[in-house]
Amino acid sequence: MKTAVEIKDLTKRYGDLTALDSISLTVNEGELFGIIGPDGAGKSTLYQILATLLNPNAGSASIFGLDTVKDYRTLRRMIGYMPEKFSLYQDLTVQENLRFFASLFGVSVKDNFNLIAPVFGQLEKFPNRKAGALSGGMKQKLALSCALIHRPSILLLDEPTTGVDAVSRSEFWDILHSLKESRMTILVSTSYMDEATLCDRIAMIDKGHILKTGRPDDLISSIGKNLWQSSAKEMFALLEEYRKMPEVIDCYTFGAYLHIVADDNFNSRIVKDKLSQTFKDFELSKATGTIEDLFIKLSRENHNVL
Amino acid sequence: MSIFVSLVKKEAIHIVRDPRTMIITLFMPLVLLLLFGFAISTEVNNVRIMSVVDNHDENTRQILERLSVNNYFSYQGTIAPQEVDNVLRAGKTDAVLFLKHNGMAIIPQVVVDASNTTLAQTIAGYMSGVLNYGNSYRAPVLTYTLYNPQMKSAYNFVPGIMGMIFILICAIMTSVSIVREKESGTMNLLLVSPAKSSAIILGKLVPYFLLSCLILATMLSIAYTVLGLPVSSAIFNVIWVSLIYIILSLSIGLFVSTLVETQLAALIVSAVLFMLPVITLSGMIFPIDNMPEVLKGVSCIIPARWYTSALRKLMIQHLDVSYIMQEVSIIVGMTILFLSLAILKFNSSNR
Repeated sequence: MKTAVEIKDLTKRYGDLTALDSISLTVNEGELFGIIGPDGAGKSTLYQILATLLNPNAGSASIFGLDTVKDYRTLRRMIGYMPEKFSLYQDLTVQENLRFFASLFGVSVKDNFNLIAPVFGQLEKFPNRKAGALSGGMKQKLALSCALIHRPSILLLDEPTTGVDAVSRSEFWDILHSLKESRMTILVSTSYMDEATLCDRIAMIDKGHILKTGRPDDLISSIGKNLWQSSAKEMFALLEEYRKMPEVIDCYTFGAYLHIVADDNFNSRIVKDKLSQTFKDFELSKATGTIEDLFIKLSRENHNVL
Repeated sequence: MSIFVSLVKKEAIHIVRDPRTMIITLFMPLVLLLLFGFAISTEVNNVRIMSVVDNHDENTRQILERLSVNNYFSYQGTIAPQEVDNVLRAGKTDAVLFLKHNGMAIIPQVVVDASNTTLAQTIAGYMSGVLNYGNSYRAPVLTYTLYNPQMKSAYNFVPGIMGMIFILICAIMTSVSIVREKESGTMNLLLVSPAKSSAIILGKLVPYFLLSCLILATMLSIAYTVLGLPVSSAIFNVIWVSLIYIILSLSIGLFVSTLVETQLAALIVSAVLFMLPVITLSGMIFPIDNMPEVLKGVSCIIPARWYTSALRKLMIQHLDVSYIMQEVSIIVGMTILFLSLAILKFNSSNR
């Protein structure tokens, strides 16, 4: 398999703040690769370096063997970049936006329409509506169409699903999967952990460090078996109770439940007997791990190292 | 379609689709010109005047007659000396002329209400003109007012207004429009495209340059028709000097846009840094010669000062190009400076 993106010891500092701290990453050609991390993890900085907008302080990044600093002119024709905000001209219509971005790359909308057709489908009904008057999901699709119109070899999507409703989000992932069928390499970042499983491979990033890279399934199974979920009427008191136990490594709220990461000494029956007396509506059961559990675990470890 | 053409086209759509800004940019120059040309005037007309005469004779009659037929005065008649204080206090008149006899000679004395100093100075000036006229025992002072014989203040304001308008419109509009793209993130998309930065910059400047040309045409036609500025061949010089000045204003706008990150900041920088100094220090309203040395020095770095001065020489004095070489070379120098600074800064912040 050929390498599409190769990042080596990449470091970017803004004054005292280190946005990316010597990260390394490889993305294969035709892969749908996810960059997962919370706001402020350094995702956008990484995208701006890959999109040739920023120069790194140290290390290097190359796309299809072309260096983002040296070969930026050639690279710019091959990249389809969709920044964090839907960067469209709000006062231009759907059609005008699309034509404008096509003309920037010297291509016509007609030539590459078959590529954007699945994305553009719903927008075709109102070509003369101003971009600013579109819904979040529509804006997102138009922005993707504009990023695709010049038939790039690699798509860089920076948080494309932020601020978009759930239906549009899942539609968007369907579109990404159909684009992947056409062998396009896609690098997508998100702060929604549940979207991680939709990627071929992911890199978890926090505070400028890559915590872990791998296939989502492998990563989830690495969490191990000692993950429990528990709930009661008095959630906060319960949380404090768990945190006092020596065999509990970590305990945090997870949706309507508490997730408990424990070591092998954790005996669920003893805990159940003890706590169900003090807590009303007490429940304790085995939990299936998610990417979010792994992320919380890894980012705490990362935090302790720093 | 070339990249440059589509950039210009896109910018033109931005301008046209924003009717509020369009209206302001096209009507503000008109309103300002007409306002300064007609409503705001430093000429003083219809000065109300009364007189106190101790002994009417042929000499005093002549003086009073000259006063009453003079357009600048409206003569309100003779009053008793003890009433003078009252009429001035009550604001029933602006000045009182005392004509006292000392033997055969008349000793004139003027009491002016100086609560408005400009008015008082002007009245005193007019007065000495009236009194000296035909005065046999004093050498008459002959004053010729060259270039602007009627002392119309509109003539004086037109160059000043033009100097201000172009800085305001070109600098503010270009800086805001570039910064808006930074804010919305579309600037990043332009930069990652194969479009060269020179094409991006020119694509921004050209539409505003064309808009400024339209404004220039409107202002000149108003100045030469409604405000009645005398037409001469100097108009061609006015046009090319103005075009250079427009380019200078656009470069300043471009430079500001490379320094700030938000539209609000661009607006504040442009307004505070340009509007106030242009109005106060360009010589548009307050004569530069009257300023303290420090402010005179500061006024030298204000582009509008040189443009206004050049336009006054061209439009009012009808001098030829050789007289405005200093102004033109300073404007050209500033243009080169700001344009290269802006391009350097633009390229360094966007590689």
